[in-house]
Amino acid sequence: MIIPYFIIIPLLAAFLITLIAGEKDDWAIILSIIAVISLLILSLFSYITMHTETLTYYMSSWKIPVGIVLVQDALASFMLVLVSIISLTSLIFSISYVRNLSSDWKYYSLFMLLVAGMNGVIITGDLFNLFVFVEISIFAAYALVAYGGKAEEFEASFKYAVMGSVSSTIVLLGIAVTYSATSTLTLAKIGEQLPSINSNIKLWIGGLFVAGFGLKAAAMPFHAWLPDAHSSAPAPISAMLSGILIKILGMYVLVRIFFNIFDAPQFFLNIFLIIGSISMIVGVFLAVGQWDFKRLLAYHSISQMGYIFLGFGLSTTLGILGGVFHLLNHALFKSLLFYNAGAVETVTGTRDLRKLGNLTKIIPTTSNTSMIASLAISGIPPFNGFFSKLIIIIAAIEANQPVYALIAVIGSIFTLASFMKVQRYGFRSEKKADVNGKSIDWKMNFAMITLAVLCVATSLMIIPGIREIALDPVVDVLKNKTLYIQLVMGK
Amino acid sequence: MIVYLLCFILFLVGIYGILTKRDLVKIILSIGIMGYAANLMLILFAYRNNSIYPILSEGKAVSQMVDPLPQALVLTSIVIELGTTAMLVALALRLYEKYKTFDITKIRRLKG
Repeated sequence: MIIPYFIIIPLLAAFLITLIAGEKDDWAIILSIIAVISLLILSLFSYITMHTETLTYYMSSWKIPVGIVLVQDALASFMLVLVSIISLTSLIFSISYVRNLSSDWKYYSLFMLLVAGMNGVIITGDLFNLFVFVEISIFAAYALVAYGGKAEEFEASFKYAVMGSVSSTIVLLGIAVTYSATSTLTLAKIGEQLPSINSNIKLWIGGLFVAGFGLKAAAMPFHAWLPDAHSSAPAPISAMLSGILIKILGMYVLVRIFFNIFDAPQFFLNIFLIIGSISMIVGVFLAVGQWDFKRLLAYHSISQMGYIFLGFGLSTTLGILGGVFHLLNHALFKSLLFYNAGAVETVTGTRDLRKLGNLTKIIPTTSNTSMIASLAISGIPPFNGFFSKLIIIIAAIEANQPVYALIAVIGSIFTLASFMKVQRYGFRSEKKADVNGKSIDWKMNFAMITLAVLCVATSLMIIPGIREIALDPVVDVLKNKTLYIQLVMGK
Repeated sequence: MIVYLLCFILFLVGIYGILTKRDLVKIILSIGIMGYAANLMLILFAYRNNSIYPILSEGKAVSQMVDPLPQALVLTSIVIELGTTAMLVALALRLYEKYKTFDITKIRRLKG
């Protein structure tokens, strides 16, 4: 039984770090790297060997109506692999980046709590347990956003914490209503009870969950906290937040609840489509005008989350495939872009694109990988972003929703425009940039090159042979909707 | 029915406070009010008229008891709220050190 280890390993690492780390961070680094590598091996192993299987684990062997159940299916394994890849590269990037801020072990302890919370959210099959894990990871995120200790960081962290607690309270209210209607907290059991309850109550539950988790996913009407929090955090943490945290706490939970438990009611799919298209277009318009590199990237996160919402909202096989694929791709290239921003900030001491200049000669790896990531996010073939956006646009046309397809194309064009601005001003202008003598070491370069290679390599997942093994089991979990309930309850 | 409505109004009072108050401490208190409303809602859902406390003993039938599970959930959620409040107060103190004010409208270096 490997399922509980996805929570045990990072939690154990987080607490061991506080015990054995002395003044310096050497042991903390070693322990956290070991923990994340073992998570990567475990998750890759289960992703490759499991295919369409669904594993369940009963905590302390209390059976379903009483105890907490952990569920791992193809979708969960896919997300676990994603979390492990991004957190490994982020940790490697952190080593020298965080030493510029301070050199103590608290960063790594909080980082492991963040990973533990996200892994818990992915594999839990119990609604209240999910809420607790959401709180664990988001608490670590508040602290990590404020880690640098500058005034702006406290400001961003405070805003983030206020919005986060509002969304958590709304989710808790949703859980209360769900429990009163169904008398259970196990997700699969709730799904069994749902068809028999009043449709007004279903609307209440759905509405509270859309508002609560939509806030965490930073969909458009609820987006205000994201640009502040994601641009003020240390660069590797921005990559974690933008790359995976908003997807796990927001998108994954919404998809799990509305597809596998609620059987994808059309009313909520329409909400997905509408908030998706609004986020897509408004996010990119706000991004074009930004001059702060990381703030620009943060606004793009809102816009790209819109594509994922749109793909899932279409709810056809092709739409779900596009959503899942874009979720993976966005995590890869957005994290890479945040590492680039962090590297640029390390070398030049600024994030203002107007003050940057010809960086290609000074930091060639950074500027070349940022080129790859910019092309990928703008949807230029042969990079991964092109294929996932293409799938979503084709799916929209196939589902007779040409308006959404048009919005997606327009969003993509403006994305290209804003990243041309980044490349033109930030990396390839004539002007000579001021450098402060600090250099990018091999660990930072390694993290960036790994993700750049993955950006190109994941575009191979579109080839039918590989797609059938890698992505189709994940899509099947969502396409079969309430089959999840039978698989979990059937054992 | 009226108690649920009152409880929901308490929740809305919390949201109103977060949206309109300018003082950091008042915002933190509003978040606390929202949390209390959600906890109260859980306890209200578990309550039944003329029922007894959920402890098994001689002569007490299970069917007469209130539901104990939401009470356990509320304990957990109170602990989480304690953590949230402590975190927010710590951040507010640090913000006061940096900006010398608790007024949220004067704390705006981040914009755009």
